This record gives sequence, C-alpha cells and structure tokens, in this order.
Amino acid sequence: MKLDNPSLKRVTPPTLNFFERTYLPQILGGLAITGKHIVSAALGKGAITVQYPEEQHVPSPNYRGVHRLNKDDQGRVRCVACMLCATACPAHCIDIVGATAPESWPDREKYCESFVIDELRCIYCGMCEEACPVEAIELTGFYDLTGLSREAMIFDKTKLLSVFDQTKDAEPMKFNAPPSGRSIDTTEITKTGAGPV
Amino acid sequence: MWELVAILIKIGIVVGISQGAVAYLILVERKIAAWAQDRVGPNRCGPFALLQPLADGAKMLLKEDVIPRYVTKPLYILAPMIAIIAAMIGFAVVPFGPVGPGSPSLFDTTVEFQIAPNVDIGILYVLAIGSLGVYGVILAGWSSNNKYSFLGGLRSSAQIISYEIPLGMSILGMVLISGSLDLNTIINWQDNNVWGIVVQPVGFLIFLISAFAETNRLPFDLPESEQELVGGFHTEYSAMKFGMFFLGEYLHVITVSYLTVVLFLGGWDIPFVLDQTQVGWFIALVKVGVMLAKVSLMIVFIMWVRWTLPRFRYDTLMDLAWKSLIPLALVNLLATAGVVQLWRQSWN
Repeated sequence: MKLDNPSLKRVTPPTLNFFERTYLPQILGGLAITGKHIVSAALGKGAITVQYPEEQHVPSPNYRGVHRLNKDDQGRVRCVACMLCATACPAHCIDIVGATAPESWPDREKYCESFVIDELRCIYCGMCEEACPVEAIELTGFYDLTGLSREAMIFDKTKLLSVFDQTKDAEPMKFNAPPSGRSIDTTEITKTGAGPV
Repeated sequence: MWELVAILIKIGIVVGISQGAVAYLILVERKIAAWAQDRVGPNRCGPFALLQPLADGAKMLLKEDVIPRYVTKPLYILAPMIAIIAAMIGFAVVPFGPVGPGSPSLFDTTVEFQIAPNVDIGILYVLAIGSLGVYGVILAGWSSNNKYSFLGGLRSSAQIISYEIPLGMSILGMVLISGSLDLNTIINWQDNNVWGIVVQPVGFLIFLISAFAETNRLPFDLPESEQELVGGFHTEYSAMKFGMFFLGEYLHVITVSYLTVVLFLGGWDIPFVLDQTQVGWFIALVKVGVMLAKVSLMIVFIMWVRWTLPRFRYDTLMDLAWKSLIPLALVNLLATAGVVQLWRQSWN
C-alpha cells in the first residue's frame, strides 16, 4: 500500500499540554488505582486468594481432572470396550482388555474386563471423553491428585469406578440419557419417503 | 566519660531498632505487594505473619554462602559490608525527636534524640554518606566478574552520580530559607513558620524523585532490574551477603524517609499542637512518636509507588535527571535565593 493511499488512516497521538507532560496527573491516577486495590485487599474484600488446604478451590464444570468410569443405573460399568478412547488418546495412557458381555447384559456385546489409565502419562486433554460413544469415561474436577509411587498412579477399573462413587453427587454425569442431537429423528425422513434409514 | 556511654547506648538502640525495623519493613513490603496484586500475602507464620521476619532472617543465616571461584575475593566480601555500613552511619546525624534546649534529662544528663547532636553540617554529612553507598554496588558488580553484575554496577554509578546533583540542589532551597545546614535548626524553623513542603513544593518533588533514585527503588531500580540483568549487582551473592544488600537498601529507605520528614514535612512538628516551647519527657516521646508515624507513612508511600510505576528505560532515566530535574532544580534554587534575599532586605 502506498503512503498516499486515501484508505490509509492516519492516527496522530494526542498532544499533551505542559501539565500533562510532567506525567504527574497520570502518576497520581496510577497511585489512586493501586491505592484502591491495596485498601480493598487490606480490608479483606479485594483479595481473590483461596486459602488452599483449609479452603478448597472449586474448578469450573468443564475442568479436566482425574478420570472416572461411569456406572449406569444398575450399577454396571457403562464401558462397552469399543477402544475408541484408547485410540483417540494421544498419550497412549489407556489400556483396555475387553471380554464378551455376560448373558444377563442384553444391551451390549462386550464389556471391559480391565480398564487401566496411567495418570502420570495422561495429558488431561479430554479426548477420551469426547470419543466415548456411551459416556462411560469422564474427567472430573479432582485436581489435587497425589501418590507416593508411580505404581500408585496407575488407576485400574476398581479405582476409576470408586472415583465415580466419590464424585457422582458433586458432579452428576454430563449426559445421563443420550443427548437428543445424537439419536436421529426418523419420522420426518420416513414421511417424505426418503427410504429406510 | 558518661557522655561516651550515653552515645554508645544511643548507637545500640538506633542500630538495634533499625535492624529490627528493616526485618518488619520487608514483611510490610510483602504485604503491600500482595494487596496491590489482590492477594493476601504472608499469613501463616504466627498471628498476622509477625514471625515471618524471624523465619526470613533464619533462612538468610542458615543458607549456604557460596563464593564463586572466579570472583575477586577481597572486594567481593567487602562490598556488602560497605553497603550496610554506609546505610547505617547516615543515622548518626538524623534527629529522631526534639534536640537542643529543653531536652529531657536522665541522671543529670540531658537526653538528646540524636546520636551526634547539633552537628552544624548535618545535611552535608548525610549526602556524603549517601554517595558512599554506591561503592558497595559498584564493587559488588565489578568483583563478581559477571557481565550482568558489571552492567548493574555501571548503571548504578551513573544513576547515583546523576541524581546526587538534583538531590543536593533541592535541599539547598530549604537550607537558604532556614539559614542553616543543621537538621534541628531546619525543624525549628518549620515549627516557627510553615512546613518545608509549603515553601518549597518544587524542591520537595525534586527531592522525592531523586531520593527514589538514590535508594535504587522502583521506578529507578535499574542496578537490580531482575528481568534484564538477572538481579544486577547481587547476582553472584547468596545467603547473608545477599541479605546485607537487602538490609542496606531498606536502611537507606529509612534514612531517606527521615530526611524527607525533617526537611519538608516538619519533623516532629504538628501545626498548632506541638511546638518547641513544650518540654519534658512525655512531650519528647510524643514528638518521637509523631516523627516515627510520619516516617512510616513515607515508607509506605515509597512501597506504594513501587507497585504503581514501571521501571524507567536507561536513557529516559538519564534524560529525566539531566534534562528535567537539574535545570528545574537550578531555577528553583535561583528563585528561592532571590526571594529570600528580597525578603531579608525588606524586613531588616
């Protein structure tokens, strides 16, 4: 673009008068702002600090913390061992061993015999949660995860299910029923005769 | 003989109190820093974190004192000592309360609230000692054999030499008006007339700005400037040697605050409430307290400014001193001298 282009907008900085050029008014304004912060924090109102061990921070609902394996209303693990989460996982931290579902579980062919997540390898990206077709794996708001050994940080199925038991009241499952957007409403299609779906 | 003992006791009291005060000033600084950033600050160590300074001090003393192999050892060890001693001996002429006729007495000895009472050249002494402090910084930067430290030392020398000039000239206005270099005479003049800030507002401003530069406090902390110089002159120092630089800086802040109060804020004076004719132990202690309160407010103000203004760039720092403050101080000095001369002629 050339310098004489008419669409070029020239911005001239505002000219300061003598008083403003001493910068004293701006300094006083700055002092007023910091002073306000100091006073309000000193009186105990302005400070946003969370006194951690005594006061627990509540993360936002979409916080990605420790995983849990969800249970359905009959107390069974929801996982159908489809391996989609393990495939989606960029850190390869999920290890699933699937098995044929018992006869008494007519709604699925397989279930997970073992489900292990290495919490130290996990990067908490939440892609397993997105990949899961049956909402079996979810990330909770647990953020202060500690362990005394590397082995203790490898969570197996029992542990992941116990995380669900601990957090199900504070954080209900994000999708209890399959969300309406997922099941295709076929009535419209059949009416117009678009053929079988 | 007894006078010597009295002076030694006074030195002990002043050194002890100022060292303790520095420890708590660091706590106050941390609290104010936290509040300015909407945090809570230290609150775990004892009630209101009052034990925090002790913990900090213990940490400083117990840390490993590393002396790198490549430093110039004698100067490296000398530098923090100079920093702390130069800051400390400035207290010798600072009046902490009323001095002169009417001072209270104890065991037939008059107690003057000043280590060296009635020094005629008090201000000159303070300025001279203040400039000595720069040796600590320069030697530290030089002997560390580290380019960052060296740059910090160089900046410090240029900065302090530049700001000494407006600092000295801003004080001269008050000296002309009160007709003395003795700090007590200046306080008494302010008690008889008005506070220095009223008659010398420009001088006060120049003094304040130069004082910030002299104490290496933000916005003039270029010798340190953590972000560019990894700590500047004290990069290579650890444990209590680092602590001594810290201590020196805060002692300097206290001295400068006392000077500001003595020169421009009336010392122990409160208009219409306290004056020189009131004598006795109680009044003397009240005056000491008033002065201490003023100094505390001044120190809090210095910390407040730290969290308001960002650091100057090096060339703007020099511009401010040589192109703005020195001409302004000169004009102020000339105008003051003229007015004082005219005033004296018309009255006598």
